[in-house]
Amino acid sequence: MTPLLKGTALIALIAIVVAFPQVVTNPSVTNYGVLAMIFVTAASAWNIFSGNTGYISLGQAVFYGSGAYTMGIAARDWNITGDTVFALLPLCAAVGALVAVPFGLIALRVRRHTFIVITIAVFFIFQLMATNFSFTGGSSGLDSPFLNWPAASYNTPFYYIALACAAGTIAIAWLIRRSRFGLQLRAIRDDEDRARGLGVKAMRVKLSAFAISGAATAVIGAVWFFYINQVEPQTGFDPLFDLTLVLMAFLGGYGSITGPVLGALIIEPLTLWLNSQPQFSGGSLSEILLGAVFLVTVLFLPRGIIPTGGELITKLRTRGRPAVIPATTFGPPAAGTASTPSVSSGGAR
Amino acid sequence: MTALLRTDGVMKAYGGVQALNGATISVEEGTVAGLIGPNGSGKTTLFNVITGYQRPDAGAVWFGDKAITNLPPDKVFAAGIGRTFQLTRIFARLTVLENMLIAAQGRDKPKNLLSWFGRDAWTHHRRHALDLLAFVGIERHADVLAGSLSYGQRKLLELAYVLVADPAVILLDEPAGGVNPTLINHIADRIRQLNTEQGTTFLLVEHNMEFVMGLCSTITVLESGKDVVSGPPDIVRTDKRVLDAYLGVDLEEEAR
Repeated sequence: MTPLLKGTALIALIAIVVAFPQVVTNPSVTNYGVLAMIFVTAASAWNIFSGNTGYISLGQAVFYGSGAYTMGIAARDWNITGDTVFALLPLCAAVGALVAVPFGLIALRVRRHTFIVITIAVFFIFQLMATNFSFTGGSSGLDSPFLNWPAASYNTPFYYIALACAAGTIAIAWLIRRSRFGLQLRAIRDDEDRARGLGVKAMRVKLSAFAISGAATAVIGAVWFFYINQVEPQTGFDPLFDLTLVLMAFLGGYGSITGPVLGALIIEPLTLWLNSQPQFSGGSLSEILLGAVFLVTVLFLPRGIIPTGGELITKLRTRGRPAVIPATTFGPPAAGTASTPSVSSGGAR
Repeated sequence: MTALLRTDGVMKAYGGVQALNGATISVEEGTVAGLIGPNGSGKTTLFNVITGYQRPDAGAVWFGDKAITNLPPDKVFAAGIGRTFQLTRIFARLTVLENMLIAAQGRDKPKNLLSWFGRDAWTHHRRHALDLLAFVGIERHADVLAGSLSYGQRKLLELAYVLVADPAVILLDEPAGGVNPTLINHIADRIRQLNTEQGTTFLLVEHNMEFVMGLCSTITVLESGKDVVSGPPDIVRTDKRVLDAYLGVDLEEEAR
């Protein structure tokens, strides 16, 4: 794709996304839009940490719920009502980042499966705390402050707030991707010990990414809390939330910036639509279907739509010709003769 | 001449296996030293102890007059000891140039948090990185994913990114292992060039005797975790203990 074409496509996409609630005014459809944007943010935030470092976090709900509860408790205790509650979003980000520090200091000492298990454990600890403390409202949770917005266009401001969060998170992800910090994260993904040997302060770098991811997730958690008007321990700290994020990222393309966005845009509306169908009442069928999608993704698209699709396009374009990858020019340095056979991939890429 | 790198009676056991049993070696400044010995004699373990990847049970490691025993890998690297690995350890899903930049980032401290996110922060490293890639001869592949390099090219990349930090001593673990003859000569030339032009000190582990004998001025032989002989190639080559260690005790002799 030429840069011009890419730019045009991007501008068209932004125009569509921004115009969406102006064109479509049916609240049950704009509802899809709001929740999709919430998940675009959450999946991108997950990707900032897990996608770059390869540490699969199943504890993002800790941040999501913490953000929701921070907003609820602060608004309740400080008697904040009306639109001014959104001024509390930075506080939610701070709490998310703050929670990430002790969480990360414990969980990031271990890798791979052990890390995943610890994130799940921490997540259940938070759910239990939300149920058992009195300041969190116990098992009945918290209600959001009343917003005096007209019912007909109630979703529209939420859509734009969620869209702003999504755009912000994607922008942060992009900045990190091209920075020294992002490179350090990806070096940790490939070989953490080697990276440490080359002077990468692994713990500090991982913890920073975890905190950034936590802050973004907490903000969107607070927005979600307002949108659905309440939070309970089971919905704020929901295990399905984490599984959904991972599925979105894996389906779209784990580690890339566009992958989790695409995954969220596919999965979230699909789930909502399935749950709204009367014949699938109860919503459990959508969960079974998500499980099936996960299985198919892992088996047939292990790297996700974006990377696999990109490869497919390259393959089609370069059919019959050598690949663009300069594999054909490989040779030993200085010697110049073809004596390094292991990289002669030719057009097979 | 002074010893730039010294180990003193290093001990290391894995369960019941005594991998290192009082290994004492000394590498003079500005030389290319070799470390040889049969499989399992503790060469790589000694490298790991020197570079901080493993902690010794006893003994000390000296870098100049500074004790570096038990320092973590990044501190050892920062102190000026670079190493490559027997099985190359590169960042497979980063490009060759990005691999180099990872090595370069350890050199300068970001002034503030924002500079971590800036890209300009290392344009000056980029130039240096490309020069080093040109030096080892893989600059054409700068933008290729490192995972697609051949085994020999990975060895060169590893050498290049150890050079980024401009270490005083470079430890090479089997630089010629599994590499074709043309590339072996290329690697040997680069080592000689660095040694004569920049005075870089080398310590290398290698099974290719031709390579070791042609390159090293001093060779230490390790057997069962202990140094048995040390000296110039001609002496070591003919030493009976070395022949025994390498080729086993003469069968006839054993039968007697």
